[in-house]
Amino acid sequence: MAGRSKKYRVLIGKPGLDGHDRGAKVLARALRDAGFEAVYTGIRRTPEEIAAAAVQEDVSAVGLSSLSGAHLRLFPAVVEALKQRGAGDIPVLGGGVIPDEDLNALKQAGIVEVYTPGTSLAQVIEAFEKACDRHHQGRSKT
Amino acid sequence: MAEHPKAREWEERVLGKSLQRFPERKEKFTHHGGEEVPRVACPEKIDASYLEKLGFPGQYPFTRGVQPTMYRGRLWTMRQYAGFSNAAESNRRYRYLLEHGTTGLSVAFDLPTQIGYDSDDSMSVGEVGKVGVAIDSLADMEVLFDQIPLDTVSTSMTINASAAVLLAMYVAVAEKQGVPGEKIKGTIQNDILKEYVARGTYIFPPRPSLRIITDIFQWCSQHTPVFNTISISGYHIREAGSTAVQEVAFTLANGTAYVQAALDAGLELDSFARRLSFFFNASSDVLEEVAKFRAARRLWARLMKERFGATQPSSMMLRFHTQTAGNTLTAQQIDNNVVRVTLQALAAVLGGTQSLHTNSRDEALALPTEESVRIALRTQQVIAYESGVGDTVDPLAGSYFIEQLTDSIEAQASELIDTIDRAGGVVAAIEDGFVQRQIENSAYDYQREIEQGERVVVGVNKFQTDEKVRPPLLRIDPEVERAQVQGLKKLRQSRDSAAVQAALAKLGKTARSDANLMPAILEAVRCYATLGEICRVMRDTFGEFRDAG
Repeated sequence: MAGRSKKYRVLIGKPGLDGHDRGAKVLARALRDAGFEAVYTGIRRTPEEIAAAAVQEDVSAVGLSSLSGAHLRLFPAVVEALKQRGAGDIPVLGGGVIPDEDLNALKQAGIVEVYTPGTSLAQVIEAFEKACDRHHQGRSKT
Repeated sequence: MAEHPKAREWEERVLGKSLQRFPERKEKFTHHGGEEVPRVACPEKIDASYLEKLGFPGQYPFTRGVQPTMYRGRLWTMRQYAGFSNAAESNRRYRYLLEHGTTGLSVAFDLPTQIGYDSDDSMSVGEVGKVGVAIDSLADMEVLFDQIPLDTVSTSMTINASAAVLLAMYVAVAEKQGVPGEKIKGTIQNDILKEYVARGTYIFPPRPSLRIITDIFQWCSQHTPVFNTISISGYHIREAGSTAVQEVAFTLANGTAYVQAALDAGLELDSFARRLSFFFNASSDVLEEVAKFRAARRLWARLMKERFGATQPSSMMLRFHTQTAGNTLTAQQIDNNVVRVTLQALAAVLGGTQSLHTNSRDEALALPTEESVRIALRTQQVIAYESGVGDTVDPLAGSYFIEQLTDSIEAQASELIDTIDRAGGVVAAIEDGFVQRQIENSAYDYQREIEQGERVVVGVNKFQTDEKVRPPLLRIDPEVERAQVQGLKKLRQSRDSAAVQAALAKLGKTARSDANLMPAILEAVRCYATLGEICRVMRDTFGEFRDAG
């Protein structure tokens, strides 16, 4: 854990039409304060745009936020779009107004972790750290 | 009532006139035992400072409220924001709310409708019917208001970038019910500036957006004289993380931008200013919120009088809707949210709101269930009918704490508005990102305070429990999207395509000229052109705005 050798770069994305990005922005800033390079897409991006940005920015993880109830369609679409760009190894995390009963479906669709209201920033940052570590180790093996 | 010439003048001129037109709800308001509740408690000695800062209710600077008798005359409008899936489902929910004593409707549209996409647009995938009702054409709007009499029910519509189209549909539905435009009552949100900084449902860049808004002001002043043409909203700015002072400052700064745009378009101040309305957040810091509402009223009255030279009192009155603070709701121990909402609703009433939406306890998890919505409405009814806070006007006036805080919020907000003006006005401040940065900084500080435990959120960072309760949630069936798309396909086949094409061509021509857009939009709506088609024509002319992130 102590002393990361590499400064991880991550992407925070807002797929779909939802404009509520208080959480996305707070998280991007908290990640920066924790030593990440965090890129925020801005609101109203298509899954394809988010995947393209993730590849272009060469990120180690993607965090998605949706508060409009469209997560079951949009989060898996981002995972799919990443695969199509040959970047299926980039871990995708999600957060927002998401009922517990949707968590399984999202995990099955390849979302690594899902965070719902009330989660502390520290918890989310730790998850990003772990996801990036695993992604980094996976890449150095190949 | 204190003995003072100004007090007598108010009693005779303002109060007397109001009582004649709107008698109070009861002959006498009393405590248990018969002790009478005074209409307006005032200091024993009325001095110049009291008259300057507070005055009497219904009189400049309106610190104590916009009506002389406030809730003794009429309670605030209990208006619950609702709408989901399709028009038929939402219509059922509205009629349920009306049966349970709600007194005004408030329509929530889904995101595609708010951003001007049809349900079959590739941008709409996954979002149809989710956060509100999907409206593609007049046909959906007819179903939405089926059996709801638009001459008596007032309707608030949370619609901004595509407000002109939805307003046209509403006018067309009313016509079909035999209700003329002069009679329809309600509000369109139509506040695009806050969309760029907080809510995100913009379509066009700021400047053409302001043109659409002034077209609406002008058209409505002639055709729908009692319909509120805008609801200048601090609500979403606060939800995005601003402080109370920033909420007031940015909202009123946006307000001055709309007034200026309308004046620049040649409109006469008093022809549109009295139809401006506002929308604020009620958060949990009860006393700060009460002071905020009072400060906002006073500051707006002064801006209208001093900056714009308004002469009519109705042009200086800040009338507002309030919604309790969605961002304070927790997903943990959801029944605690009922208590939060009660405090917030009380603050709105003590602050003199004209209408109120109370959030439901389960909204940190999903759209509210019918049962949760009923508790939220009952919360307002308990405050209205049991608490007695509405039996006297502005009951917290004169508290040292409240008056000092009112002064302080007004002064700080006024200073922030001056800063924005010096930087070239609010449109420039939005384009530059100044407003967004201010809000983001406040949001971040707030979250850090929660992280560090300096700010307690009951059930979240203190007093947590392990119980894993899964409340029943409202789910939107994915079938809704498919059915909506099917219906749209049918509509396109059955309508008069030549008429639609002609109306859209005419709209394009109007958009490229500087003529008022509303007649062309109405014509397109009447022949069942879809929302997406109408907005596509305007997108092609005005261009689109994109968030830089």
